[in-house]
Amino acid sequence: MTDSAREELTRLPAADLADLLRSKEVSSVEVTRAHLDRIAAVDGDVHAFLHVSDAALATAAKVDAARIDGADLSPLAGVPVAIKDVLCTTDMPSTAASRILEGWIPPYDATVVRRLRDADLVPLGKTNMDEFAMGSSTEHSAFGVTRNPWDLERIPGGSGGGSAAAVAAFEAPVALGSDTGGSIRQPAAVTGTVGFKPTYGGVSRFGVIALASSLDQVGPVARTVLDAALVHDVIGGHDPHDSTSLPDAWPSFADAARAGRTGETLRGLRVGVIRELDGEGFQAGVRTRFSEALDLLARAGAEIVEVSAPHFEYAIAAYYLILPAEASSNLAKYDSVRFGLRVTPPGGGTVEDVMAATREAGFGDEVKRRIILGTYALSAGYYDAYYGSAQKVRTLIQRDFTAAFEAADVLVSPAAPTTAFRFGEKLDDPLAMYLNDVTTIPANLAGVPGLALPIGLAPEDGLPVGLQLMAPARADARLYTVGAAIEQLLEDVWGGPLLAKAPALPGGMLAAEEGAL
Amino acid sequence: MSEITPEVVRHLAGLARIALTEEEVARFTGELSHIVDAVAKVNEVATPDVPATSHPIPLANVFRPDVVGETLDRAAVLAGAPEHDGSRFRVSAILGEEQ
Repeated sequence: MTDSAREELTRLPAADLADLLRSKEVSSVEVTRAHLDRIAAVDGDVHAFLHVSDAALATAAKVDAARIDGADLSPLAGVPVAIKDVLCTTDMPSTAASRILEGWIPPYDATVVRRLRDADLVPLGKTNMDEFAMGSSTEHSAFGVTRNPWDLERIPGGSGGGSAAAVAAFEAPVALGSDTGGSIRQPAAVTGTVGFKPTYGGVSRFGVIALASSLDQVGPVARTVLDAALVHDVIGGHDPHDSTSLPDAWPSFADAARAGRTGETLRGLRVGVIRELDGEGFQAGVRTRFSEALDLLARAGAEIVEVSAPHFEYAIAAYYLILPAEASSNLAKYDSVRFGLRVTPPGGGTVEDVMAATREAGFGDEVKRRIILGTYALSAGYYDAYYGSAQKVRTLIQRDFTAAFEAADVLVSPAAPTTAFRFGEKLDDPLAMYLNDVTTIPANLAGVPGLALPIGLAPEDGLPVGLQLMAPARADARLYTVGAAIEQLLEDVWGGPLLAKAPALPGGMLAAEEGAL
Repeated sequence: MSEITPEVVRHLAGLARIALTEEEVARFTGELSHIVDAVAKVNEVATPDVPATSHPIPLANVFRPDVVGETLDRAAVLAGAPEHDGSRFRVSAILGEEQ
């Protein structure tokens, strides 16, 4: 196989790679090597990965051997996958991009990682993120920023900027992310990729380095809706190790996505446009593409209705009380005793002094800010006014969703208020950074599923714009069907995937070709 | 306006076991004041008649059979520790001289 033929493999969706692997036209070793070569070529610029696995080729060879032996393999067997560094892996460091966990190798795999391995996917490495998933730009990683493949001077979103950039830069066909307030969907929006936050409890969090336990959810990151669905089928479902895991039986999300690509899925679909998530604070080009997407839906027979969610304007405030409160509790475990960093202050001290010195040295600014804010919100005398009130807002937001879903089958909004911004633009203003999640946070507070997919480039800057779709809790399959239908309509208009329009990366073999597209 | 003062930040950092520098105390005092003022907005609508929601999709009575499940090997657990003696985590003194 020539170098350029190998790099062509990195352009294929996971579903197509799976077909080639199943028919033995390519081997998993070839596919895996192609992605490792691509990582070697472009990741110096992109920095999507914190760690690249040295076991990937051996894993791929085992899958190839099993296939030659005639083993009954899962649909994605032999397909490479990138894993957000918030997930525990026994064969790779798991740091959540924090100094306090630098080099830490967990004694067990996250359930979702175990399920990837059981389905014979090939882990390529661990992807960069905001430290402990706190951020919207990946600038809060302790190990350096990830760059947006569309413009290396801009952020890839966060916290899962590494996973989104890895699939956008063709370093991996699919990846795992985690979404507490938008960390899968907002990076998808600003990198022109697809990200899915499942219903709360739909995917196990066992072995996920916890941020805010009433909000965290693991989900797929991909370049197509079908690929996201295929990964969701692998990682989803009940896990007795996670007491918040839903015992439901789930339909095949891949079948749901395939159903969207055939026929008249959108005809008669009631699409609710959330009045509060379109207007002030939204970039002009984002609104342009969003309104075009609504026109496209209407032409395909969908019924566009306006819905109101009057309490969404309180969502960010509630979120930035609930999240810090839960995080301050979850992050108490980084105590310099059982794992991770230990820093002894000059002259020694008690275990408490060591703990405080360790946490001062091991946590970044944003983590410290949120722990202190959470400690405040949970303090005696303030609990009712802050944490308690935020939980009431949560009820009001759930009621808004319930009312909206009486009028609409799916809700839509821009997936992020702006396109990718430049490094440093919002770093000195935590509140401005928090506003990036205005569109995505309500779904986490209510536990409903959300899908982000690309709908074009903003005219003013040529950067990707994403659409967010939301459905009632447990109706994840509906989002895959509707998302795949919209994707198909848009690709018919564009003549191919949006990522074909991305500029060439300096190290890529296909640089000349990419530039021509 | 919020009640975030440098003394409050120092106290909270102590509770959270983070040895902030004075520069950080000063910076966080300003930043947290802004954030607390912004998030206090929840009180505009969190009236007494609204019940609180702690979990988006509540599950009740999640039990498992009372049998020994998977456990981790001691060596595997100690492998990640900053310091251990082969069977236990090793830490510095629990109590200071004044205690």
